[in-house]
Amino acid sequence: MGCTKPRVIQAADIADSMEKLCISTCCNLPDENLKRIEAFAATEESEVGRQVLDMILENHRLAAREQRPACQDTGLAVVFLELGQDVRIEGGDLVAAINEGVRRGYEKGYLRKSVVDDPLFERKNTRDNTPAIIHTSIVAGDKLKITLAAKGGGAENMSAVAMMIPAAGVEGVRKFVVEQVRKAGSNPCPPVVVGVGIGGNFEVAPLLAKKALVRPMGSKNPNPAYAALEDELLEAINKLGIGPQGLGGSTTALAVHVEYAPCHIASMPVAVNLNCHVSPHQSITL
Amino acid sequence: MAKRITTPLDDETIAGLKAGDQVLLTGVVYTARDAAHKRLIALINEGKELPIDLQGQVIYYVGPAPAKPGDPIGSAGPTTSMRMDPYAPTLMEHGMKGMIGKGMRSKEVRDAIARHRAVYFAAVGGAAALIAKRIKSAEVVAYEDLGPEAIRRLYVDDLPLFVIDDMYGSDLYEQGVAKYRKD
Repeated sequence: MGCTKPRVIQAADIADSMEKLCISTCCNLPDENLKRIEAFAATEESEVGRQVLDMILENHRLAAREQRPACQDTGLAVVFLELGQDVRIEGGDLVAAINEGVRRGYEKGYLRKSVVDDPLFERKNTRDNTPAIIHTSIVAGDKLKITLAAKGGGAENMSAVAMMIPAAGVEGVRKFVVEQVRKAGSNPCPPVVVGVGIGGNFEVAPLLAKKALVRPMGSKNPNPAYAALEDELLEAINKLGIGPQGLGGSTTALAVHVEYAPCHIASMPVAVNLNCHVSPHQSITL
Repeated sequence: MAKRITTPLDDETIAGLKAGDQVLLTGVVYTARDAAHKRLIALINEGKELPIDLQGQVIYYVGPAPAKPGDPIGSAGPTTSMRMDPYAPTLMEHGMKGMIGKGMRSKEVRDAIARHRAVYFAAVGGAAALIAKRIKSAEVVAYEDLGPEAIRRLYVDDLPLFVIDDMYGSDLYEQGVAKYRKD
């Protein structure tokens, strides 16, 4: 292998892309999300539940038409960066460019600023929705892929991690995930999307759960055993009766996405990260 | 069929509301969420006057998105109510009659709702752009420094809500799950 000439990406272009991504993510929900809500509305057992799902669909279409955020909670900007190792960034630093884009996007898009600087004492709003939470992976290639999850607080608060023993098995995972959604009840704006991370360690499992949430809604894990687990969990969750907005019904979750990773011989960490029905996330590749 | 009700809420209106009712609410409601509640309770504990008169009033748990030019308010759906549970009984003692949010309330709040003859409504969470269309005016009346968490006086017209907790102790979330749960 010879010496690869790096591909140059300007920091200003990263900031511009991030700005557009923030606005688009909060206002334009993917068609697949709307189709999925429509499909569940067709089978929802509760009349009030169907009425709520119709209202949600009307809301999401209005948001796109008028370029307004579908939910007022436009979240903390959770950013996944897949940075090609043959990319060279010029004209500024990467983290500053992402935060500059978030600052401008949240201002120009009339998005809510929901970040406080100090979690415990002052809790002063930073007034520009920065800093973003940035997870960076170095990957092969000469591209930069940016994925934004505008992650609201209501569903995030209903998330949890369990450090299970291997003997807990599939049954342990099933009980934990279903119980977590049951306990969350009406709080996380059901119908929810359930992100499940299994394996890794104490910090990796929740990150896997978060990554599960940025998959296209209703997509399947490529491993058939995990795909079957997703189906099984979705079916069990939709028997809970919580329904749209917790008012009762057969649509408590729109999808369950499971991601997994290798782990220690002694461990089986499991994390559940919930998303509301809005579930705003989008990607852009430079 | 939704019942039309207006604020401030009187005893007769509240007595007529049952868990599961759909209502269209018209009139003034005040916004407040975590940070504003903390300040209101601090004032009460210090025996000081509140920036708003709570008698018969309804508080909407919402931190709206900024208004686009020409609009009274940005997207404005409910936030999770349980975070206001530690504060809500004290506000009911001081005259608050209604709350709008989403999600379950604590036993303490439900007991206080029965004791003070109040009511808890849910709006549809995540239907924030649609809800904003029912808000005709908005002005900050206290704590502007809190940004989205400032207290605003809203005038709402036919805001669609569900009665979750009524003054008789019934809870729509419990009823809903009991009806549709499959064991």
